[in-house]
Amino acid sequence: MDETSKIIKTVSSVMFPFVTIYGLYVILHGHLTPGGGFQGGAIVASGCALLVVAFGSDAIAKRVKESQLSLLESIGALGFISLAFVGIATTFFYNSLAGTKFLFGKIPPYGSNPGYLSSGGLLPLMNLAVGTKVIAGLFAIVLILAIATRKKGGRSK
Amino acid sequence: MRSRDAVALIALVLLGSFMIMSVLPLANMIRPFGEPVNPEMDDYIITHAQNETGANNAVTSVVFDYRGFDTLGEATVLFTAVAGVILILRRYAHG
Repeated sequence: MDETSKIIKTVSSVMFPFVTIYGLYVILHGHLTPGGGFQGGAIVASGCALLVVAFGSDAIAKRVKESQLSLLESIGALGFISLAFVGIATTFFYNSLAGTKFLFGKIPPYGSNPGYLSSGGLLPLMNLAVGTKVIAGLFAIVLILAIATRKKGGRSK
Repeated sequence: MRSRDAVALIALVLLGSFMIMSVLPLANMIRPFGEPVNPEMDDYIITHAQNETGANNAVTSVVFDYRGFDTLGEATVLFTAVAGVILILRRYAHG
């Protein structure tokens, strides 16, 4: 595999934290601003794809195993389903945390308001679970595709 | 091969004309933007989403609360995609 230049590596190293922070912000504020778990997870995974492109799939595969990503994705999926089961006393996917005194339980006033992070009930937690799942899933797809199509022994025939 | 092309062309023209004919009567039934046929669901979600879910973003409250089951299927689609990619390309990744 051809080495990318030092400029690409440096710029992507600088860009990666900002992309990750922005993606995590989109995930965490999913119940306040446009975005959510899927969108923010895609942003974070695109930041990881930037690293894969810049440093090569071999260097990334040394640090991240696909089994770890699969584990993370399964944790996200199971978390999402178990959060859906939290309100099973009323119905599946019932938002039982909204309107209570606990974390994320605040009900904002009707209409436009500045937005309260501790509101939304189960929605922020579901956003986090789905975000974890999307980060791990998309990064696994990108990483596996990059490893499978690298030049040395990767191409079929 | 020439006759097959002719048949394909005739079928295309027939299909296209039928599709255009089926759309033409609908042309004066199209409602202006912002006037849906059944606005009850939209109005309910717009007025009640903030109170019931506590989320400012009504889209998130629809996606994760009112239509949570749909999101579960969406997540399953992603899971299946990842599983398929890893299943097919695993031997390249290790060999």
